[in-house]
Amino acid sequence: MALPSSEEIIEDLAFFDDWEQRYQYIIDLGKALPRLQDEQKTPERLVKGCQSSVWLVTSVNEGKLHFDADSDAVIVHGLLALVMAAYNDKTPQQILDFDIDGYFEALDLERHISPTRGNGLRSIVGKIQTLAKQTA
Amino acid sequence: MSFDVQAVRAQFPILSQQVDGKPLIYLDNAATTQKPQAVIDALMSFYTQTNANVHRGAHKLSDEATRRYEKARDQVAAFINANSREEVIWTAGTTEGINLVAHGLAKQLEAGDEVVVTEMEHHANLVTWQQACIQSGATLRVAPIFDNGELDIETFQSYLGPNTRMVAFPHVSNALGTLNPVKDLVAMAKRYDALVLVDGAQGIAHGGVDVQDLGCDFYAFSGHKLFGPTGIGVLWGRRSVLEDWPVWMTGGEMIAEVSYQSASWGALPLRLEAGTPHIAGAIGLGAAVEWFGSLDLAAVQAHEKALIESAMLQARNIEGMRLIGTAPNKVGILSFVMDNAHPADIGFILDRQGVAIRTGDNCAQPLMNRLGINGTARASFSLYNTLDEVDAFFVALRKAQSMLA
Ligand SMILES: Cc1ncc(COP(=O)(O)O)c(C=O)c1O
Repeated sequence: MALPSSEEIIEDLAFFDDWEQRYQYIIDLGKALPRLQDEQKTPERLVKGCQSSVWLVTSVNEGKLHFDADSDAVIVHGLLALVMAAYNDKTPQQILDFDIDGYFEALDLERHISPTRGNGLRSIVGKIQTLAKQTA
Repeated sequence: MSFDVQAVRAQFPILSQQVDGKPLIYLDNAATTQKPQAVIDALMSFYTQTNANVHRGAHKLSDEATRRYEKARDQVAAFINANSREEVIWTAGTTEGINLVAHGLAKQLEAGDEVVVTEMEHHANLVTWQQACIQSGATLRVAPIFDNGELDIETFQSYLGPNTRMVAFPHVSNALGTLNPVKDLVAMAKRYDALVLVDGAQGIAHGGVDVQDLGCDFYAFSGHKLFGPTGIGVLWGRRSVLEDWPVWMTGGEMIAEVSYQSASWGALPLRLEAGTPHIAGAIGLGAAVEWFGSLDLAAVQAHEKALIESAMLQARNIEGMRLIGTAPNKVGILSFVMDNAHPADIGFILDRQGVAIRTGDNCAQPLMNRLGINGTARASFSLYNTLDEVDAFFVALRKAQSMLA
């Protein structure tokens, strides 16, 4: 499947009423998010959480920011797909205006993005926002 | 006496709660244990009836607070069979206790001296000594383990010699569950008159620690892994060693006389306890050792053995599950990796089923590297866990496995 938009994801997830289907959906989303090549996973791109690792590759294309991301854990990879759906190929201003906490709350997944979870997601979001500020 | 796990569980209010609508199955006991009502009551009673600073008040509350606080020291001294109450130093936890010793040692070490640790250390019992060696020019020697997580005792022994000043190792490994033969290891180190520190963070709740019998010089543990509060721990030290151990922190409580330009230190134990201590924490820990000490230890150990044995046995039937740490002498801890499933993913899916475990490097990165893995999922058991919970853990694990397939 192609990666849906953030609005579509909110709609899709609202449709499921048990956690198993929701997690299965997130895992499947992760499968739709392309993996990085091994040589792209350089130490500078690594955000090491204490439970899992994520890598983030950034590029700027005609004023829009593009991200590729990968994780060694499949649920984190799926959560990255959620983040990518929100941020990818948007202008810096669109990125800064996006309410990421509200988004995760709407998805009922806020406990995954909280700073207390050492999965690196929070740092990825921080990196993306910093880059958006620098390019805005 | 015998052991009725349901009666014990009933004393832990937190264990009856639900997580996302499912009964909590708490299998993260190596990280911290839950607290029985007796400990909660002791904290509550302190704050509602006698809160005051200790050793300095000229009033009744302070007298009572000091009495309870120093009684807790007696309770701990009796619990670990210290020679005297002055050998019990309150710390913030295992980490602070090891730091107190390592900072003192760093002042005495010279180039050519050696400190011996093992490959199975928690960062708290590794980085401390590593930094003491870096500061002093001494050499850190790391005794290897076998692939099953057992210490290679022959090589350990060969690392000891006349230059060995300190030997430090865990009573029980937090990542592997390996139970080390503490008395034997101490005896080997003592042939060379080396000091010995035992990291008791995971060993203390296994029960039956008798510091005189072990023969070590220091034994450090945390209250929160022994059914007590966080923020309080104990460094037990042999009096002859502690008496002139370099002070680490200075300030109030620990001094004898002070002028603007100089100070002299008070007597044990206060000389190593600068500042207002964690009074309520110490009293809570006193209550915890009193509570734990009232149980039938042999029955508790038999129960814990049944839990880990059931877990090890069931693990064999899970395809693609590899246990990390299979030493013959092992307690309480089931660390594992799965083919095709990352520990973090397993943790997420168990969490959604009410099962709390730890995932990650277990605060032992060099050990993970040594074993060629990034981390593990770890279920750790305590005396209030049941065989039904072990079964439920495996049901939850199978579900994780099928979802992640
Ligand atoms: C073996 C071991 N040593 C030391 C520590 C550090 O204990 P604390 O964080 O309570 O100081 C732990 C805690 O996980 C441990 O398991």
